Amino acid sequence: MHNLYNFVSGPLVWITFIIFIGGCLYRIINMLLLVYQREKFIFSYMSFKYSLRSILYWLTPFATVNMRRHPIMTIITFAFHLSLLIIPLFLSAHIILLEEAWNIVLFSLPDKLADFLTLIVIGSCIFFLIRRLTQPEVKYVSSSSDYLILSIVAAPFITGFLAYHQAGGYQLFLILHILSGEIMLMAIPFTRLSHMVFSIFTRAYMGSEFGGIRKSPDW
Amino acid sequence: MAEPAVKSAIKPATKPATKTDNKIIDKGLDQGIAGLTREKITRVINQVIKGETGARLKLYVETCIHCGLCSDACHYYLSHDKNPLFSPVGKVKQTMWEMLKKKGRVSPDFIKKASIIASTECNVCKRCAMYCPFGIDIAYIMLIVRRICHLLGVTPLYIQDTAHSHSATMNQMWVKDDEWIDTLQWQEEEAQAEIPSLRIPLEKEGADIMYSVIGPEPKFQAQLIYQTAILMNVAGINWTMPATPGWDNSDMAMYTGDNEIMGRLKKVHYETAARLKVKKIVMGECGHAFRSVFDMGNRWLGWKMPPIPVVHAVEFYFDLIKEGKIKIKKKFQDAVSLHDPCNIIRGAGLAEKIRYVINAICENFIEMEPNREHNYCCGAGGGVINCGAPYKLNRMKGSKVKADQLSTAKAKGAKLIIAPCHNCHSGLEDITQHYQINMEIKFIGDILYEVMEKPE
Repeated sequence: MHNLYNFVSGPLVWITFIIFIGGCLYRIINMLLLVYQREKFIFSYMSFKYSLRSILYWLTPFATVNMRRHPIMTIITFAFHLSLLIIPLFLSAHIILLEEAWNIVLFSLPDKLADFLTLIVIGSCIFFLIRRLTQPEVKYVSSSSDYLILSIVAAPFITGFLAYHQAGGYQLFLILHILSGEIMLMAIPFTRLSHMVFSIFTRAYMGSEFGGIRKSPDW
Repeated sequence: MAEPAVKSAIKPATKPATKTDNKIIDKGLDQGIAGLTREKITRVINQVIKGETGARLKLYVETCIHCGLCSDACHYYLSHDKNPLFSPVGKVKQTMWEMLKKKGRVSPDFIKKASIIASTECNVCKRCAMYCPFGIDIAYIMLIVRRICHLLGVTPLYIQDTAHSHSATMNQMWVKDDEWIDTLQWQEEEAQAEIPSLRIPLEKEGADIMYSVIGPEPKFQAQLIYQTAILMNVAGINWTMPATPGWDNSDMAMYTGDNEIMGRLKKVHYETAARLKVKKIVMGECGHAFRSVFDMGNRWLGWKMPPIPVVHAVEFYFDLIKEGKIKIKKKFQDAVSLHDPCNIIRGAGLAEKIRYVINAICENFIEMEPNREHNYCCGAGGGVINCGAPYKLNRMKGSKVKADQLSTAKAKGAKLIIAPCHNCHSGLEDITQHYQINMEIKFIGDILYEVMEKPE
């Protein structure tokens, strides 16, 4: 167990970040190359102003028609994605690790709040699962990979929650937490979780097309 | 990314998702697939995917998180009681995902089904692009599917005939060169009864404006050319119409995936304008033609924007009224509603200008809900109506939500609908007939002609 802990919290962390960051860069560079080779014209349509306009609209809760049509989905998606980003970056347990390793002191979340945000993430994942299983239009386009992706995202938060609350088998949950977090990061560039990277680009292109060429809002 | 197939995911969820398109008899499709082999299908699909698409298709497919949020955007989905087979992403699943997953190894029957879905169950109106959180352009994906079907020779017969007309005559309706000139001179004579000095100047080099129309205008709506001639003459515009091929700005080849013909059509159109040395092209009230000259055809030819400025009729009317070149004698009295056509609203941002024009010529304007960029499609656009009789009933079923929208506008008092697009016009006429909504459909030009000041 100890060896395993040392591995997942040592070398595997490095491997994870190399794959996560390297993978994201690789995918972005590949995308740009592909645009350059096949659809060079896209560069000439890109507009910074309209890209930003589109991205900002779609990052503002209830700013778009479709968000207003699905208020529950909108609230949950925003709460989910925000919590998903905030928790791993500012959890005090993570911040302490940074401090111990490199002596960097950063702002950290109060534990109670972090606990609450974790529950939001877990609850959202349950909501997404139920939505996938019950909404005909979502179920029809769902395949095993969608459920797998959802599990990959939910796992670090469930195991982290259990580890924090020391719900028996602390060490096991801690190891599973670290491992599942690493799996999630490594999966981002190579699964549809890559929307974390690519949605900015697809949004920017559509924003530029609609704003710059079609003179029309895209929300 | 490899996507393991799960049987349960393919089954419809809570309600049976059934369709009737197996019953469709269309020679264009049936004879098309009769000669197909799996090898040819695989080769063509991969040739298009690898040779003609790039980062867009790849990203659109790999970024889509399968959330289904695009569904509510689609009038087919809404009209078919939210049947997931008709949602935008549902249509991608049945066509492009399958082609990619199987690396092109799909059956001839699959190609027939894909052609029906892409050509007759999607109007490529791009409404769903405004509902997808990532801005995925599903209409683009459907056009790629049509392109593949075209290269396999599996295109609905009626629209294929139109594409043939384009390729043989450079116009949509098999109009012969002399018939074209004859029609213009006939309309000139007719209009001279109203304004004796009126001309429809043919081949006038150096005119400010070349006016271009779509094939159906000389074929069976010549009065629209008459109305425009009156408008041009009253406003004192220095204009001309070509007496050669290149007069037709329409383009059904764009919708069959025959990009090569699309390119030829746009080239002859622009070259005609260049030959006449005009400053700009003004085009009639047509939506898809605008998409072709402003968006798809010009890009195929390598022009970022049209090489000669193109002005849609709506914008032209706006300028004429705003500059006072056309004055309104008495506003149109009946309450009107407006159908916003996708290609000039989502395609060119004319939503406010069109309202300015309508308010200038109509006393009583009642908005439809939803409107502007969010208006529901007429069900006819994107070449769907041009696929002809075999699909009419399905088109009507897919337009139920549009019929409800029209009925609501009627209940608010609207007597007629303004639709500044030929496809919308025909589509709405079918819908009002099928659903027995007693509303007349008019072009802006029809009303403008009626209410404008003309010399006594």
